[in-house]
Amino acid sequence: MSTDLKNTPTPSRTDEDILLSVEDLHVWFELKKWGFSHVGWVRAVDKVNFQLKRGEAIAIVGESGCGKSSLMKTLLLLNRPHKGRVIFEGRDISNLKGRALKQFRAQVGFVQQDPYGALPPFMPVHRILDEPLVINGIKNKKEREERIRNAMQEVALTPVDDFLNKYPHMLSGGQQQRVVIARAMILEPKLLVADEPVSMLDASVRVEILRLLRKLQEEHNLSVMYITHDLSTVRYFSERIFVMYAGKLVEQTHIEELLDNPLHPYTNALLTGTSVPDAANAKHIKHVPPGEPPSLVNPPPGCRFHPRCEHVIAGKCDVEEPPDLEPLPGHLVNCWLYADGQTRYPGLEARG
Amino acid sequence: MSENPLLRVEDLALYFKTRVGQVQAVDHVHFELKKNRAVVILGESGCGKTSMAKAILRLLPRNVGQYSGKIELDGQDVMQLDDEAFRTQIRWVKISMVPQAAMNALNPVLRAGDQVAEPAMVHLNMSKEEALARAKVMFQHVGVPVDFLARYPFELSGGMRQRVAIAMALITNPQLIVLDEPTSALDLLTQANIMNVLKTIKWETGTSYILITHDIATSSELADEVAVMYAGQIVEVNEAESFFSQPLHPYSQKLMASVPRLYGDKEPDFIPGRPPSLLNPPAGCRFADRCPLRFEQCDREPPTFIVDGHPVKCWLYEKEASAAFPPAANGSGDAS
Repeated sequence: MSTDLKNTPTPSRTDEDILLSVEDLHVWFELKKWGFSHVGWVRAVDKVNFQLKRGEAIAIVGESGCGKSSLMKTLLLLNRPHKGRVIFEGRDISNLKGRALKQFRAQVGFVQQDPYGALPPFMPVHRILDEPLVINGIKNKKEREERIRNAMQEVALTPVDDFLNKYPHMLSGGQQQRVVIARAMILEPKLLVADEPVSMLDASVRVEILRLLRKLQEEHNLSVMYITHDLSTVRYFSERIFVMYAGKLVEQTHIEELLDNPLHPYTNALLTGTSVPDAANAKHIKHVPPGEPPSLVNPPPGCRFHPRCEHVIAGKCDVEEPPDLEPLPGHLVNCWLYADGQTRYPGLEARG
Repeated sequence: MSENPLLRVEDLALYFKTRVGQVQAVDHVHFELKKNRAVVILGESGCGKTSMAKAILRLLPRNVGQYSGKIELDGQDVMQLDDEAFRTQIRWVKISMVPQAAMNALNPVLRAGDQVAEPAMVHLNMSKEEALARAKVMFQHVGVPVDFLARYPFELSGGMRQRVAIAMALITNPQLIVLDEPTSALDLLTQANIMNVLKTIKWETGTSYILITHDIATSSELADEVAVMYAGQIVEVNEAESFFSQPLHPYSQKLMASVPRLYGDKEPDFIPGRPPSLLNPPAGCRFADRCPLRFEQCDREPPTFIVDGHPVKCWLYEKEASAAFPPAANGSGDAS
C-alpha cells in the first residue's frame, strides 16, 4: 500500500497524560483489478482524530462495516495507516518495524470477539498463556510460571491448577473469554483493545466479563478501547464514547451527556433502536431510519448519513462534508444541523 | 382462555442418544399459543430452545432417543401423522420456520426469487410463474426491492438475506412461523427494521409466531407471551406485561436483572455458575444450584404450579398456586 507519509518517527510534544493520540487518520484499502490495476479505494476510516488518556476507558460504537475494526487493527498495527499519524507515548508508531514493532505490540493487549476462535484448540491454557512470555524473551521459567498464575488469579480462573491443563473446548464461553483476557493482560500492557468482548456470550455472563474488564482497568490504570455495537453496555464501562458511521467519527462526548443529549441524527437512531425490555414495545412500530450503511468504496457525497437522515438539509448535507463542530464544551459532532449554534437535537423533547 | 388455541404442546420430550448417554434436550414441556399471538421462548444457549423448535417441526437428527408427547395444531394431533403426511400437510403449509443464522441458510447457487418461490411450488402446487409472482408480493411485504428476485444471496446484505428468509417462510401463508434467533447476527438498526417487518406481518396477516431468542430486550418487541426455558424445561409462562414488569420464577428474575439498560441507575447483575448438563440433570429443581432463594424443598423436582393462570415451576409458589401438575407427583403433600 502506498502512503504519503513524510514524517519520520519524531517524538512530538504531547501532554504527559495522553497515551494515544490519533491525528487525521485515514485507513484506505486499495481495490485492484486483475491484481494490479488500481480501480479505487475502500475508505474504511476517514479523517479520524482523537486522544486517549492514561487510565481512561473509551467506547467506539457503530454498526458492522462502519470501520471500527479497521481503526482498531490500525492501532494494533495490523494494517498501516494510509495517511495520518498514530502517536503512542509521544512516538509515531505508524511506521514501526522489526524489534520496535514487537516492543510496541507487547504494550497493547487485545481481547478478541469470539473467544473460541481466538484460542488455539490444540494448546492447553498453560501453553496459551506461556506463548506471549516466551515470544517476548522471558527466559526464566520460574518467573513465567509465576506470571501465568498471577494472570489467572486476576481473571478469576481459580483454582488455577484446575484450569492449567485444560484445552479451550473444555471451558465454557465465559471461561474462554477469561483466558483471552488473561493472555491480553499477561505482558502488563498499557492499552487494552477489546473488540466486542461480550457479544458472543450469554446475557447472564456478559455483565460478569464487563465487570472484570472494568476491575482490571481500575487496578492497573489501563487505558481501554471498548469496541461494541451495543449502546446499552457502554455506560457500565467507559467514560467517553465515540460514535462511528461509515468510516467517520460522527459524535464524541461523555457517555452521560450522549444519553441525555444525543446530537447526531445517527446517534439518535441508535438510541431509538436499542430496545429496553418493555411489553409496550410490541404495540408500536419503531421509528428508525430505513436502509443500510453505504458502501465505503463510493460513499455518498457530503454527509455520509444524509440518504437515511430525516433532517437532511437539501443543497447542503448532500453536497458538502459537515465540519467537526463543538456545540457544547467537550461534545463534538459532525453534522450541519449544529452549524448555527443549536445545542439540542430537533424534536428530541417531542419524542420524550 | 376458552378460545381454542392454535397450538397446544403437551408433555413434549425430545432426547438425543449419544455415546455417553441420553441428552434430555426437551424435557416434558407444555405450552399453548393462541391465534395471532407471539410467544417468545427465552433462555441461555444450550437450554433446549432450538431443539424444541425442531421437535415442533419434526426436523430431527438421526440420534433421537425419545420423541414423545402431543402437539395439537388447530385441534389436530400432528404427532399421529407419519413423516410423509407431516411433510405434505403441516411443514411449510401450516408451520414454517426461519432458521437460525437464516442469512447463511440460503442456497448460494440459487437466485433469491427462485428460493422464495420454491415452497409455493412444492406445497401449493403453483406453477413457476405463479410462484414467482407470489414471491414478488412477498418481497414487497418484507421490504426487499423486487429487482432483488434475480440476485444471488452473496449479492445481498445480511439484513436483506434475513428478509428473504422471512419471505420464504411467509409465502405459503402459514398459520404459525417459528423464528429461531431471527435478528441476533444483525446490526442494531437492521434488527429494529426487521422487528418492524415482523410486527406489520403479524398485524396484517394474523399469523402467530414462536420467537426463539436469548435477547430479552429485543424479544419484547414482539412478545405477547413469554415462556422461559431452563435446562430443557419450561420454568415459567407468562403474559408479556406481567413478565417484563414482574417475572415469577427466580431464574426469570435473574435473567431480567442481567439486561443492561440505557437509562436508570440499576446495575445489571449476572447469574453465577452455569446450567447443569442435560446428560444427568440434577434430581431436584434444575436451577437450585444457582438460585439465591434455594430452600430444602428444592431437592425435589417442583411440579408446575398455576399462579394467577400462569404456570411456574418453582416451590416458592406452592402456597399461592390454584393448581399444580403433575398432581401429587413424588408424593408431594400439598398437591394431593
